[in-house]
Amino acid sequence: MGNLLNIRGLRLEAGSRARPNVILKGLDLELDRGEVLGLVGESGAGKSSAGLAAMGYVRDGVRFAGGSVEFDGAELIGMGRGQLRRLHGKRIAYVAQSAAASFNPAKTLIDQYTEAPRLHGVSGRATAEEDAVALYRQMQLPNPEEIGFRYPHQVSGGQLQRTMTAMAMACRPDLIIFDEPTTALDVTTQIEVLGAIRDIVEQYDTAAIYITHDLAVVSQMADRICVMKDGEAVETAPTKTMLDAPQEDYTRSLWAVRSFRRPDAEAGEAQALIRCEGVSAAYGPMTVLDNLNFTFPRGQTTAVVGESGSGKSTLARVIAGLLPPALGQFFWNDAPLEPRLAKRDPATLRNIQMIYQSADTSLNPRHNIREILTRPVRKFTGRKGQELRARVEELMDLVDLDRAFLDRKPSELSGGQKQRVGIARALAAEPEFIICDEVTSALDQLVAEGILRLLVRLQTELDLTFMFITHDLATVEAIAHKVIVLKNGQIVEQGGRDEIFGDPKQAYTKRLLTSVPQMDPEWLTEARARERSLREAQ
Amino acid sequence: MKSLLKSAPPSAIFGMVVLAIVAFTGIFAPFVAPYGETQVVGDAYLPWSAAHPLGTDNLGRDMLSRMIFGARNTVGLALLTTAISFSVGSTLGMLAALKGGWLDEVLSRLVDVLMAVPPLILALMLLAIVGPSIPNMVGVIAVIYVAPVYRLSRAAAMNVVGLDFVEAAKLRGERTPWLLRREILPNIWSTLIAEFGVRFCFVFLFIAALSFLGIGIQPPTADWGSMVKENATLISFGDITPLIPAAAIALLTVAINLIVDWMLHRASGLKS
Repeated sequence: MGNLLNIRGLRLEAGSRARPNVILKGLDLELDRGEVLGLVGESGAGKSSAGLAAMGYVRDGVRFAGGSVEFDGAELIGMGRGQLRRLHGKRIAYVAQSAAASFNPAKTLIDQYTEAPRLHGVSGRATAEEDAVALYRQMQLPNPEEIGFRYPHQVSGGQLQRTMTAMAMACRPDLIIFDEPTTALDVTTQIEVLGAIRDIVEQYDTAAIYITHDLAVVSQMADRICVMKDGEAVETAPTKTMLDAPQEDYTRSLWAVRSFRRPDAEAGEAQALIRCEGVSAAYGPMTVLDNLNFTFPRGQTTAVVGESGSGKSTLARVIAGLLPPALGQFFWNDAPLEPRLAKRDPATLRNIQMIYQSADTSLNPRHNIREILTRPVRKFTGRKGQELRARVEELMDLVDLDRAFLDRKPSELSGGQKQRVGIARALAAEPEFIICDEVTSALDQLVAEGILRLLVRLQTELDLTFMFITHDLATVEAIAHKVIVLKNGQIVEQGGRDEIFGDPKQAYTKRLLTSVPQMDPEWLTEARARERSLREAQ
Repeated sequence: MKSLLKSAPPSAIFGMVVLAIVAFTGIFAPFVAPYGETQVVGDAYLPWSAAHPLGTDNLGRDMLSRMIFGARNTVGLALLTTAISFSVGSTLGMLAALKGGWLDEVLSRLVDVLMAVPPLILALMLLAIVGPSIPNMVGVIAVIYVAPVYRLSRAAAMNVVGLDFVEAAKLRGERTPWLLRREILPNIWSTLIAEFGVRFCFVFLFIAALSFLGIGIQPPTADWGSMVKENATLISFGDITPLIPAAAIALLTVAINLIVDWMLHRASGLKS
């Protein structure tokens, strides 16, 4: 029995009462004072709903359908709005995934900080501001005296997430709900935020529910982990036990995802399919890519890695012909590649295909899957009638999708299925080269692993060359033969996968690699110590 | 289709019923109307009676028959005009959004000029130049209403052209007509349909206004707008007959807007 929060048999429903859509089916959770509980699961598992329910809150259209949520002895379900309002912000606080979307862009950070303390009568404006500066300092924000007077768009994403955590701490609550607070951040930024959150939660002995889909992150933050699936808790155990000896099959499958490696990672010597010589590109006066030289070996996967803003997606656009390079030249099989899309011949258009990050925006929502696949097959291969239909069905088989999906709209498919349609569309052209732009970033780990396995299989079967753009180094390790590390539009380092991961030469590459969260609960402590010594050395 | 109609709220059903009645009487006017459109059947301004349910007008023509023929003229012309301005306006709007650059600049500035002049004054001026005839009127109103349609479809298309599936189509080497018709249009369709309903009402009222001013549909053609004008003197005698065509205009406008509201509601995804 937790002495701060007790959730018993919690049931949440949405939709009509006659045929409800059950979001949580009898969830039990408990939390002691000062304890951090990690909630892990795929999207749709009900983690966020559980987090909000712990505050006595449900999203529009959702309702409590049973069970109890007891916070410090008081039942939250059915509590009056006024009473709840007195709890929220003061004793229970919430930190959302996108800090950028959660701050009011028209007010300064410190203005928003002082809102809760003043509203709840905890302190006056002046005291609250002093307190804010002290917390900003503890969160290791640069210029703590001054940063609060900036507007949300004037600070970086990592800093914003830390000011948001500071804001949640403003009334020194008993419980904070963190809903994926670092998911949108780059790995090197993530470390700082994770460290700051852990310190502050420890220092004030605040209890927390930490919601994430990233197992490595949760193992750094939580004392106990609860794995959720389809609105139920699959397994709950202290972090160490959970990592070392997971009991349930589902938990084990989640753990195993991280160990996927392609079987044929040994890259032999291969001829270059695409060679890039001295390519620079710019949006107006802003240089985005600066004098790049590299090759994409035929039949292999070359991963292009970098943090946001490093120019990796721009590189894809340049190769695709959407943004002609300012300087330099690409070669396709040693023949110059036409820089402009409009002037490329059909064979070139066919040979270079692209798979996008967000399957939601890359498939036309008004076309059904058959239309989406039929068009490129007809356009690129000239098949007609029965042959055309057969090829479209073959494509579905190729990406392991049921042919029955052909007559559905994209909105009727899951994220992973949509991504498979995106892959099938690229394959429809029968290309030699496919650009994969963050194709697994928006997917759950289990689904992402399925997509990676599919890509590896297709590569061997169809002798494809991949350019794999990602910021996720775990994915790179799983799938790449060759790695190119980009930073600020320049190549920091390139080489074979084992070379880069085993023996990185450049400081930036090392930093990037050590920033990837590991499943070891001690990892964060060690990584921060390394960062600190690195900073002192400089 | 059946389930679509079933899901319609009572307000939308009312709108559809009114629209259906107007469409039916308009299309089959010669069979429905008791007398001819321009046939003089008795004295002027006869009161309501069994023979002439709505009385007769200033020239002794049957009011009810003229109402029925008027539905055909007024509604038919409004439909034609709106259709023209939509096909031209939305094509140009989507094209401007897709191509951007100088084409967008030129088209947008032209439209700005068009919108800078009050529509009624612009219509009076243009009709004074080309002369008041039905084809001229349709053309002039269509041109005037291209402007708002252009702006709407450009704005709606702007949200779509940046999406990955449009880029994917470009990478496939698709030409402009395909991009407009297959990739963009289906995604802004619901917005356009909703706007069509509203614009149709505006055009309809505009034609009625022009007819009332005497430069729209010319006598002896029956038309709801000019029917109000022709019989306006009766109002001084406390007879509501001249207001019946006006009420018909109002009823149809409301009916169409009820349908449009429902469509907008559906398009915004608030189905349940």
